[in-house]
Amino acid sequence: MTRRAPLSLAARLAVAAAVVAVVLVLAYARSGSGIVVSQAVLTGLLLGGVYGLVAMGLTLIFGVLDIVNFAHGALMTVAMYGTVLLASHAGLDPYLTLLVTAPALFGIGMALQSGLINRTMGSSLANQLLLTLGIGLLIENVLLLSFGSEPRSVAVGYAAPLRAFGAVADLTRVIAFLGALGLAALLYLLLQRTRVGTAIRAVAANPDGAQLVGIDVRRMYVLTFALGTACAGAAGTLVAPFVTVEATTGELFNIIAFVVVVLGGMGNVVGALVGGLLIGLTEQLGGVLLPEQSPLLAVFVVFVLVLFLRPQGLFGRSS
Amino acid sequence: MTLLSVRGLSKSFRGVRALHDVSFDVADGRILGIIGPNGAGKTTLFAAVSGGVAADAGTVRFAGQDVTRWPDHRRARAGLVRTFQLMRPFGAMTVLDNVAVAAQVRASSRAAALAAPDAVLDRVGLARYRDQRSTELPAAELKRLELARALALRPRLLLLDEVLAGLVPAERGPVLDLLGTLRDEGITLVFVEHVMAAVMRLSDEVLVLDQGQVIAAGTPAEVTGDPRVVEAYLGDEAALASGDDGDDGNDGNDGNDDDADDEDPETPC
Repeated sequence: MTRRAPLSLAARLAVAAAVVAVVLVLAYARSGSGIVVSQAVLTGLLLGGVYGLVAMGLTLIFGVLDIVNFAHGALMTVAMYGTVLLASHAGLDPYLTLLVTAPALFGIGMALQSGLINRTMGSSLANQLLLTLGIGLLIENVLLLSFGSEPRSVAVGYAAPLRAFGAVADLTRVIAFLGALGLAALLYLLLQRTRVGTAIRAVAANPDGAQLVGIDVRRMYVLTFALGTACAGAAGTLVAPFVTVEATTGELFNIIAFVVVVLGGMGNVVGALVGGLLIGLTEQLGGVLLPEQSPLLAVFVVFVLVLFLRPQGLFGRSS
Repeated sequence: MTLLSVRGLSKSFRGVRALHDVSFDVADGRILGIIGPNGAGKTTLFAAVSGGVAADAGTVRFAGQDVTRWPDHRRARAGLVRTFQLMRPFGAMTVLDNVAVAAQVRASSRAAALAAPDAVLDRVGLARYRDQRSTELPAAELKRLELARALALRPRLLLLDEVLAGLVPAERGPVLDLLGTLRDEGITLVFVEHVMAAVMRLSDEVLVLDQGQVIAAGTPAEVTGDPRVVEAYLGDEAALASGDDGDDGNDGNDGNDDDADDEDPETPC
């Protein structure tokens, strides 16, 4: 790392943009169709926004608590089932259920952190990893027991395809994208502009120093985990209308969020959002370039490249 | 009135006795200097009083309340505030924000918290670094930042862990003057310090620790005349009499916690 001169933020963004441009040209050459490429870009960006929100929650938890939360995806699935239940049984509009699922997941996050994870703070990474992995497995299996293995879906009565540049985007995906961006902005403002947010950033920067100035660090851990989990919950509700809801649906998002977090810089909240958009693009354009492969192949190629070339992520480690 | 009262404080780490039956009082508005050779237990005592280390036995009473089992942050909010010898800045945040984090504990709103730091930064001489990231500050300035953060909490009692370490002699005078004005404002000070001249100049009382025990306590004059102190800590009576750093010639056995480099033999503050 020290061999190369550090690139400025603008230069790193320019490199990322150049890579995207090259990939776009390649995708166009490969598919021979502008519509295929613009469809991939549109779908990728829309989904990428949601990846960004999921990853923001994950990276916030990592940045402040130094915990890699393997239960993140399972918690997202809990919110999806919450939306399924409230929408199909109570007849609520799926997006209105956000008012229930996000606070509920916030509460679950608080309970998990204060009841279980706070006890492992400061213990070995492996302990924490096994704990969150265990919580994730437990949640998945409880969901499987309660709802069975039959896939569920959420119907949105007013869903309609929207067109742009010859590409088609379903309204539900556009709403998910805009909702994710809005919530991401809210989270950012909370962290930067409020007293609690400032305290959380202080804990991330230096827990000892934070304690020194009268901040209850364990309480901030609980709040942070709850906020991160609420992000996963909100994302779960936002994607519920266009994914098949199963006990393991969140897992895929969890894996992608890990890649996004590494790409954006571990603990970097803004980096997670940008990383989410880039990974959304990677997944869709990868599908165009390597049509016979799983779209995740390109995501993992990017993951490995980032680990080798820029392990601190595009935007460095910070919160 | 007694602001801080420590009784029978003991602490062992894996069988090694770091503190044994330490008792002392600090009256409101006084300055207590704590000295002792390396490994005497000064840092452990600080941590036990401020909350970082849970004592095995003994009590710490602050402003009439038993704070022995209180977590650090609660003690800090009560006005029992410490600084660390090795600084704990909030790296990526600006100097202003670093202090604002402390100020917001006392402030009624975020706006008030953001307005408070300027006066404090001005006092400790950091005003010109206001908008820089704290990672960009030189070590000596970080020391001031640590002090600024502690002051923003409006402490009643300030525990200072080697505030002069890392400062060149010319920088020490202003810091000592500042500590003097803090006392005049009613802030009680307890400090651990290696720069002996500073301890003698500033302290109303001095507590001498050796191997986890209090071996002497009293006014600077009383303590320096105590043969046990001379034997345990100073080793060289001449150094003490001359009012010098006190570690000339005995660096070999007394050692300075971890910054022997900034002890300057010829230095009066």
